[in-house]
Amino acid sequence: MSVADRPIVSPASGEGAAYPEHHFLNHTSGFLSWALTLDHKRIGLMYLVGVMSSFALGGMFALMIRLHLWNFKDGWLSNQTYNQVFTLHGAIMVFLFIIPSIPAALGNFLLPIMLGTKDVAFPRLNLGSFYLWVTGLVLFLTALSITGLDTGWTFYTPYSIETQKGGAVLAATFGVFVLGFSSIFTGLNFIVTINTMRPPGMTWFRMPLFLWATYATSIIQVLATPVLGITVLLLSAERLLGIGIFDPKLNGDPVTFQHFFWFYSHPAVYIMILPAMGIISELMSVHCHKGIFGYRMIAYSSVAIALFGFLVWGHHMFTSGMADVTTIVFSALTFTVSIPSAIKVFNWLGTMYQGTVSLNTPMLYALAFIFLFTIGGLTGLPLGALALDMHMHDTYFVVAHFHYVMMGGTLVAFLGGLFHWWPKMTGKMFNDNVGMISAAIVFVGFNLTFLPQFVLGTRGMPRRYATYLEEFQDLHRLSTIGSLTLGIGLLVALLVLLHSLFYGRRAPTNPWGGATLEWVCSSPPPHDNFATAPTVGDPYDFNGIEYDAKQGGYVKKA
Amino acid sequence: MTAIQETAHESEHAQDHHHDHPAWLAHHFDDAEQQFDAGKLGMWLFLVTEVLFFSGMFCAYSLYRNRDPQVFEFCSRFLNEKLGAINTGVLLFSSLTMAWAVRAAQLKQHKLLVGMLGATLGCAAMFLGVKAVEYSHKWELGLFPGKFYVSQIPGAAHGEHGYLGSLCIVPLILTIIAGVYYIYSLATMSKFHQQVAGPILVAGACFFGGVQLGRILEAEETTHHAAEHAAHEHSPGASHDHSQDHSAGELLPEKEGGEVIALGHKSIEDVKVMSEELKTPDASVNQKSMAGLFFSIYYCMTGVHAVHIIGGMLVITWLIVKAAREEFHDQYFGPVDNVGLYWHLVDFIWIYLFPLLYLIT
Repeated sequence: MSVADRPIVSPASGEGAAYPEHHFLNHTSGFLSWALTLDHKRIGLMYLVGVMSSFALGGMFALMIRLHLWNFKDGWLSNQTYNQVFTLHGAIMVFLFIIPSIPAALGNFLLPIMLGTKDVAFPRLNLGSFYLWVTGLVLFLTALSITGLDTGWTFYTPYSIETQKGGAVLAATFGVFVLGFSSIFTGLNFIVTINTMRPPGMTWFRMPLFLWATYATSIIQVLATPVLGITVLLLSAERLLGIGIFDPKLNGDPVTFQHFFWFYSHPAVYIMILPAMGIISELMSVHCHKGIFGYRMIAYSSVAIALFGFLVWGHHMFTSGMADVTTIVFSALTFTVSIPSAIKVFNWLGTMYQGTVSLNTPMLYALAFIFLFTIGGLTGLPLGALALDMHMHDTYFVVAHFHYVMMGGTLVAFLGGLFHWWPKMTGKMFNDNVGMISAAIVFVGFNLTFLPQFVLGTRGMPRRYATYLEEFQDLHRLSTIGSLTLGIGLLVALLVLLHSLFYGRRAPTNPWGGATLEWVCSSPPPHDNFATAPTVGDPYDFNGIEYDAKQGGYVKKA
Repeated sequence: MTAIQETAHESEHAQDHHHDHPAWLAHHFDDAEQQFDAGKLGMWLFLVTEVLFFSGMFCAYSLYRNRDPQVFEFCSRFLNEKLGAINTGVLLFSSLTMAWAVRAAQLKQHKLLVGMLGATLGCAAMFLGVKAVEYSHKWELGLFPGKFYVSQIPGAAHGEHGYLGSLCIVPLILTIIAGVYYIYSLATMSKFHQQVAGPILVAGACFFGGVQLGRILEAEETTHHAAEHAAHEHSPGASHDHSQDHSAGELLPEKEGGEVIALGHKSIEDVKVMSEELKTPDASVNQKSMAGLFFSIYYCMTGVHAVHIIGGMLVITWLIVKAAREEFHDQYFGPVDNVGLYWHLVDFIWIYLFPLLYLIT
């Protein structure tokens, strides 16, 4: 125990290999030492495996959809199966992958280390969150295997009340309820940890920007998710007891469901993208070896996005029936979100300007993020405008828009972050060249998949249709080819990471030259991270951090 | 890098470090204050999520009440204000005992702490007992949520369905287990087990006390109606000032007459609808597509609240175990304080539910 508590090597000494003999991975062994662990790093890794598996599952469904749409009619799935496949693709990707991906997997691993603490404030609650996530996963898989869920991931009433797949709706909504609480408890844990456990010297404005982004995300998780909880609970009651709150036959109002649902699910979009922005802020600064440009504006803009995010849910419902004034207000508020988002993009570009850019795998993913997120963000503006939205509502334009933000944004940033912190998490370096090839394939494949969909959408191709007009077939085929390319790119990325586990060279303490606290910890970190809380200064001060060929990594010169 | 040097230096004291930590202080906290602050902030954030969780239902309430106020006025008459008021008092009193428990924990008054937690648990059980009577009574009248709502007609017969009995099964089993546990604690002369078993057994008794109290008051209301009804029969139109408590025999709802279902064969007395109200406009609301929605909201709100009471009872029981072990002192009373906060919130939500549901006529 005591041996493992000691950080074995101090990089300041510059002596010996930075690879510790004892670290959190070999601190204890056996199945139960993982299943019952309270160590945030192990919980983070378990989440990582879980969310990646969910992503693989959701990705399979995505490819099934794309292959079905190869021909304009008579796809290989029945219409009913097609409905179930796109529902499961959406539900799995949103609830099981994107929402927990960055906060629960990377956030869990990094947040306490970046704060110089031993663990999050409530380690048992943290493990509880993980098992709630597992329970949600099981319920989703039940909905998948026993009966088919075919309502779309949004569970809109009256589909969800009237569909024959009642058992599946119940299992899935209860799964969403449980996953919601998993998300709430993670957010709560992070807020409390950041508020009460910052080390000496770390004022709010000396926090790494990833922590600001995580903090803003956690605020949304805590404030928005309970509303989703009660919404899906009412929906379950609707199915079980016929309470009628969302059922027009019983004088209920189905649009109320949409309001309740989007009151959560729009802020949830920012639960997905904000941590990604936090990752990019870290990646930009570290791989440009230059202090982040406009630190405070990036920090404030995270909080601003979190707050504005609560006021714009109505833009999902412009065609659902709302008062004209309401739609105008929601439309105007929607545009305000673009301001803090644009601030971030400009600040990242400002960080690159005159920086010493290291073009490596994490940086390539970060650059891909900026490109894709900018397209995703800018195509949100026409959808926020009332007149255009009437035309493009529920078309492939919307599909392409949110895939550019969710996948081009969040997933690409997640991959960038994963490559960036992989040496820290596993203690192994990956093959950077093949990693960069994977980034390139993902980038090309992604654009090939979704750029045609913008065109399809503006030409009137509605989303969620199993068949379409023949004139759209070429663009659909282009998109399908793109999706297969994307799949190959992601597979290459996975292989690079898996390969590194077995054949990768040992990672130095600071492979990229970062200045935040996780790069002070050994790779992988010891069981307790830090024996005492370290004193910290500016997280983006790169003065004196220089490459040391002997260690293969960066070292802080006194 | 000073930080890491310090870290490396400190590692020399790694073993000592653990000895500095008393058992009640989790190893990742520096001191008692940090642990207390973290717990407190965590609980406040949890309460925020709880408020938002209920806010969805309050939203639905205001939306539908604003749209159909007459439905809410009509249906609210079926709720027994007396029972609601008693439950409000019970919960307020339990908040007092909970706050007192926090003080007892700080002052290391271990016996008083167990007593106060026990009193809180008893109040919670009594609340649920009264609620069980309210629910079962409504179910017997056919006042179900949504599509199961049975239109109320004076003259319809209502049978005993044994709903109350079914609701009492689980509490009865738990009380018997608590009783057996208490006897065991007496037999083994274990002070710890007695301190745990005693309050739980008392809570079980309180549940049935609540049930009894509820039944007496509900029966009183019913006989009251019967008397009123008799008076009404003899001198029609005589006592309009008691109009809410009336039942009348002759009118059927004008709409949906075909859906009227007679349940069993018992007497008519406890339908508290006056003939005038069954005419326009209220006759139109006395059907599942209107009144059903009120009862949906009623059952959802009070049901979720009751689930929170049950959750509170579980954590209070956990506190009683810790208190019986005399774990709390002036440096470590966070769990009592935080459960107290939670309990006050549950109380607070009821303070809103009571007038919004019971007192709108």
